[in-house]
Amino acid sequence: MRIKNTILFSLISTFFLIFLISIWKILATLQGLSINSFNIEIIFIFGLLISLAHLGIGDRIKSFYKSIIFSLIFVFCDGYLIQKLPIWYNVGVFLILYFFTNKISKYTFIGLKEEHSTQVILFDFLTLFGILFFSFVILFPFYMMLVTSFKTQIALLVNPLDFSINFGQDIKDLFKSYFVIFKSYKFGKYIVISTIVSIGTVIITLLFAIPAAYAVARLNFFGKTFLSTSILIIYMFPAIVLVIPLYTIFSQLGLRNSIEGLLIVYTATTLPVAIYMLQGYFKSIPKELEEAAILDKLSWFGIITKIIIPLSIPAISSVALYVFMIAWNEFLFSLMFLDNPNSFTLSRAIQYLSGDAETPRQYLMAGSVVVTLPVLFIFVYFEKYLVSGLTAGSVKG
Amino acid sequence: MNDTLANTEKKTAYILTLPAVLLVFSIILFPIFANIWISFKEVELKDIRIPEPRAKKIVKSISDEPTKIKILYKLRNSSLIQEIRDVSFQDNFPKNFEIKNLDPRCSFKKYNLKCEFGNWPAKYRENFQVIFATNDGSKIDKKNLKSIKPKLDGKSDNILLNTNFTLKNFKKVLFENEFIDLLLTTFYYTFFGTVGSIVFGILTAQMVNQKFYGRTFMRSVLLFPYVAPVVALAYTWELLLDPNSGTLNSLLLNYQIIETPINLLGQKYIEISILGFDFKLRLALTTVIMFEIWRYFPLAFLFILARLQAIPKELYEAADVDGASPFQKFFNITLPQITAVISILFMIRFIWNFNKFEDVFLLTGGASGTRTLPINVYQQGFAISDIGMGSAVSIVIVVLLLMFMFFYFKLLGKRVDEN
Repeated sequence: MRIKNTILFSLISTFFLIFLISIWKILATLQGLSINSFNIEIIFIFGLLISLAHLGIGDRIKSFYKSIIFSLIFVFCDGYLIQKLPIWYNVGVFLILYFFTNKISKYTFIGLKEEHSTQVILFDFLTLFGILFFSFVILFPFYMMLVTSFKTQIALLVNPLDFSINFGQDIKDLFKSYFVIFKSYKFGKYIVISTIVSIGTVIITLLFAIPAAYAVARLNFFGKTFLSTSILIIYMFPAIVLVIPLYTIFSQLGLRNSIEGLLIVYTATTLPVAIYMLQGYFKSIPKELEEAAILDKLSWFGIITKIIIPLSIPAISSVALYVFMIAWNEFLFSLMFLDNPNSFTLSRAIQYLSGDAETPRQYLMAGSVVVTLPVLFIFVYFEKYLVSGLTAGSVKG
Repeated sequence: MNDTLANTEKKTAYILTLPAVLLVFSIILFPIFANIWISFKEVELKDIRIPEPRAKKIVKSISDEPTKIKILYKLRNSSLIQEIRDVSFQDNFPKNFEIKNLDPRCSFKKYNLKCEFGNWPAKYRENFQVIFATNDGSKIDKKNLKSIKPKLDGKSDNILLNTNFTLKNFKKVLFENEFIDLLLTTFYYTFFGTVGSIVFGILTAQMVNQKFYGRTFMRSVLLFPYVAPVVALAYTWELLLDPNSGTLNSLLLNYQIIETPINLLGQKYIEISILGFDFKLRLALTTVIMFEIWRYFPLAFLFILARLQAIPKELYEAADVDGASPFQKFFNITLPQITAVISILFMIRFIWNFNKFEDVFLLTGGASGTRTLPINVYQQGFAISDIGMGSAVSIVIVVLLLMFMFFYFKLLGKRVDEN
């Protein structure tokens, strides 16, 4: 049992090390270093030796010194005997090794004898592996988006793998793509349009949704259950089947290429989920408050503005942020309804930009950064509100 | 007394809900019925523009005669295919104007020129000219004249509103449109996209549900693909996967893993042999499904994580006492607890993936074997400009969705009964 676990442990930890070093090598390659091989065989042998040595030495050396020693040996062999690379690369390797030896330091020869230790090892390393794998897979495209926007066409042609940013150059050269898209492609205007459309959608949606949600949550009327069930069913209805009729109707009414047209469609598509989210929250507000207000002869308008809204600021903010995000990211309707470059939203403008094969990709990426940053910023900053919005309204595709 | 209270309550409720209901009905429900109507018609994109009578006003001074002026109206029918009936024309002039040559179709009263032009066939054009003079000998202000715009009116048939129906569109959709292929592609895309995102959602939720340093940060990061705009993400992926200078291909070439670049988004099939079995993988479709999974697993992650955090800790503690292994705990405690959430997720994601348009459109435009039904709606309606066909495909989508929902709820209903 112990032998089997020892083999399993050293193999898994070695694979984990190979994975770590490989990611580091990919990132280093993308900084323009010429690394042409992962050297998997060598790292495999080292990894195996380190994990076995770790088990063999056990507690005889303090684990801190053990980690340092292992890391230094590895860096020395990998960095100086195998490849001649800059010092920051080796520092990175050292940190990775230090992290790795720290991770394996909790496994001891005795511990491997325990029940289920095979599965515990598997589970632990799968989790570690998963965290790193998913972080890499998710962040990598975002990282590439950002660094590409700072490169020039020529630099990318010379070495398609060199994404290092030269901070020494002039600010104007560094942000050249951004200057170009704002100057030549009118991105400033598109930001304004996108902002107006998104904020407008939020305001109109809330104006319509708060009274409706209040009625659904509190008042008794014929057709109430029908209304509240149809809200969600309507929300599941696909946007793509609305496109052709709306296109024909909007063409005939002259609403295409207009902000009003977009506002109407965006509001209608976000209303059901806004009502659904708000009425759930309104139901949780104690009824006694309103009863007191009714005795004070407050009208429904007074009840909503003086009692309901102040009490449901968190829910209203999460609806507002969620609706803002949907409107800001929306692409299908802006593609269908906007064909005049004077009325584009940001998403549509980027798609238009890509339609021209001549457009250098760093402009496209600069545009992508411009459209992505506000959303990510809002998301990270208001995460608490947005997550509750996402979970409640998550039927949105 | 109670009755009136209930009545006012009702009235208030209707007033409060009416704006929202009206908007949603007119923008979401009405188009669905309009779709049915259009799908039985032969309509093309150019037919939906309402033909308009138009006039371009050109003011020309006559040399040596400053008190006279020539006005040329370039009249035309804006439509290339439809006639306009009973075209009427109106233009206003300053009070000191006199008309010199009156067309028999027109009359000039109270400084207002009125004409009845009768019917204009499609593509109709006419240069219509009038000469004016001032009756008090004053000079003519050309700019002022130009700023007054003529008014034109006319009647035309709206192809959308007539009652000629045909089954042609549906015949075309079902029998000439490589329908089976379309359906299969859509199904692969939807099914594997859904299952993939749920599997990754379970893995990541399980992962984040454990305690580790940077866990809240990890949770935000995992949601990035879901909250970022699809346009930006799709173009970034396209750039990464580009066969000529894309980062992925450059990396693989650099490490000598491949010898020639792979066109992940532009190649329909790739030959793969595993253990001596050769089979063809639909490469572009697989890539698009990968993107789909990458973008939507965060939703599954969020749902499942919320459910995982609600599982009582006692269950795991009891399992520990019984000496259960981590995998036993996962399969016997965690998985049964999240099946309900998974089945809801499956339905939501299935429906939404089935209708997903932007992702495929931005990545491949529906080329190299990635043409799904929603892409077909766009291609028929806007690329081939056949609005009727596009609507017919939309109707097929709605019918398939309703069928799916029907079976889903029937199955789910049965399972609930058994419990």
